[in-house]
Amino acid sequence: MEDIIFCKGGGCTAKLGAGALSRVLGKLPKKEDANLLVGFDSNDDGAVYRINDRQAIVSTLDFFPPMIEDPYLFGSVAAANALSDIYAMGGEVLTALNIVCFPEHLDMNILGKILQGGSDKVMEAGGVLAGGHSIVDEDIKYGLSVTGIVDPEHIYHNNGCREGDALILTKKLGVGIIMTAHRIKEAHEAAVDEAVASMTFLNKYAAGILRGYEVHACTDITGFGFIVHLLEMLDGAYSAVIDSARIPFFEACRAYAEEFYLTAAAQKNRNHAGDRVRFEKEDFAMEEILFDPQTSGGLLVSVPRNEAEEIVRKMKDKKMPAEIVGYVTEKQEKSVIVK
Amino acid sequence: MKHQIDARGLACPLPVVNTKNKIQEMQEGESVEVLVDNEIAVQNLTKFAKVRKHAVEAEKVAEKHYRVTITLGEAGGALSGEEEEIVCEPAAGNNTVVVLSANVMGSGEEELGKALMKAFVFALTKQDTFPGTILLYNSGAYLSCEGSDSLEDLKFLEAQGTEIFTCGTCLNFYGMTEKLGVGNVTNMYDIVEALSKASHIIRP
Repeated sequence: MEDIIFCKGGGCTAKLGAGALSRVLGKLPKKEDANLLVGFDSNDDGAVYRINDRQAIVSTLDFFPPMIEDPYLFGSVAAANALSDIYAMGGEVLTALNIVCFPEHLDMNILGKILQGGSDKVMEAGGVLAGGHSIVDEDIKYGLSVTGIVDPEHIYHNNGCREGDALILTKKLGVGIIMTAHRIKEAHEAAVDEAVASMTFLNKYAAGILRGYEVHACTDITGFGFIVHLLEMLDGAYSAVIDSARIPFFEACRAYAEEFYLTAAAQKNRNHAGDRVRFEKEDFAMEEILFDPQTSGGLLVSVPRNEAEEIVRKMKDKKMPAEIVGYVTEKQEKSVIVK
Repeated sequence: MKHQIDARGLACPLPVVNTKNKIQEMQEGESVEVLVDNEIAVQNLTKFAKVRKHAVEAEKVAEKHYRVTITLGEAGGALSGEEEEIVCEPAAGNNTVVVLSANVMGSGEEELGKALMKAFVFALTKQDTFPGTILLYNSGAYLSCEGSDSLEDLKFLEAQGTEIFTCGTCLNFYGMTEKLGVGNVTNMYDIVEALSKASHIIRP
């Protein structure tokens, strides 16, 4: 294994690097099962297993260390983040189980508040919190294992986009940068509040609007950042032209990025993307925002161009900061071109 | 005057933030030496220096011990357009392909050939720009497998963004499929494609 010390950051910045992970996963034996509709083969986080012609089970899990002090809000963020995978697949939440790591010597009321935050989000999602597993550990970690249901004919894959599609992003980018600034006490309270509100916002609402439309590909933006998730979506088959002027991001991020409140994870994302990306404008802060690891980020959706404006308008009506951020093109020399 | 910061053991963004604070007290032409313990911190410091247009040099002193030297203002007016390109496109120059087709460099005594090859790969890690791709085939495949003296250097290059591909047929032939220690396995089609798209091919 590599001798890299992972930066001790909370949320999805604590994720393993994409490159390192794919090398390890590639070595595992694979069992063929025709009912496993989505598994390791794709880059999707969750698994989808068909139980009959109309129903498939979606399973996913996600947990991480805290990125905010308030235990209730941390529980809400971790739950919203874990539930998001179900929505990114086009499914609905059925049940959730708690995953808890907690130090013995800490006040159990803190754990109570974390679990309450998680429970409230599961209820908001329309699911049932049905149990869980907890172990003693040096650091707090929390998340959910979630089971959902999806119509096998209407699974959103993360790599099904088509030439000419519009790309919609439903949340602002930059929570990683804001939480990093917060960790070293350089973030403004208003910026942190805005980021936390975004992280606790369920992707359920964006997914609900998408249900009435044709969706070619969908993923949620998490630790690998906008660019690496977009590269996964393009899957080497297409390119995307991104309009940086339309990227929704938290206002405070630009200044924080210029002060270099940057994570190790963002640099790993940059390394992973390598030479597949071209930035046409010199805008360092925007580059960092596009590589920034998100915790409980928004959905990135590839839809037919003629549907896109209506979808975005409906999302905006529901107070989501959604934008059409670019278009899918035929394969070019670079996979992602940022204008 | 030489300033020093020991940022080993500190998590990002602290190495960069501490360096930034130190630089505010420094004059043009002065240098600060920052010690860090991981490559990602080296990359973040290098990125910082380039964006702020300071001269920067990085070297690996030992395992988990890197030294990054930043000199104020030196790169100020001297940055050409080309160099700025590197800032916004970290992969610039990445069309260079290094071909390692044997575990020795040159023909002659095997012991010497192996020593030369080890030195060659080490020297690659000391260049200003790293190759985009390294292809290893035939007995070159030994270099990317466990037990190779060049494994750490190849891992360093990989962390800098160099893609490392070893011929799968060759790994099979030498019975080393399980021993690949860095990068990915490749096939002849990809080797041909990488070579035909290369801007430069370096073959020691």
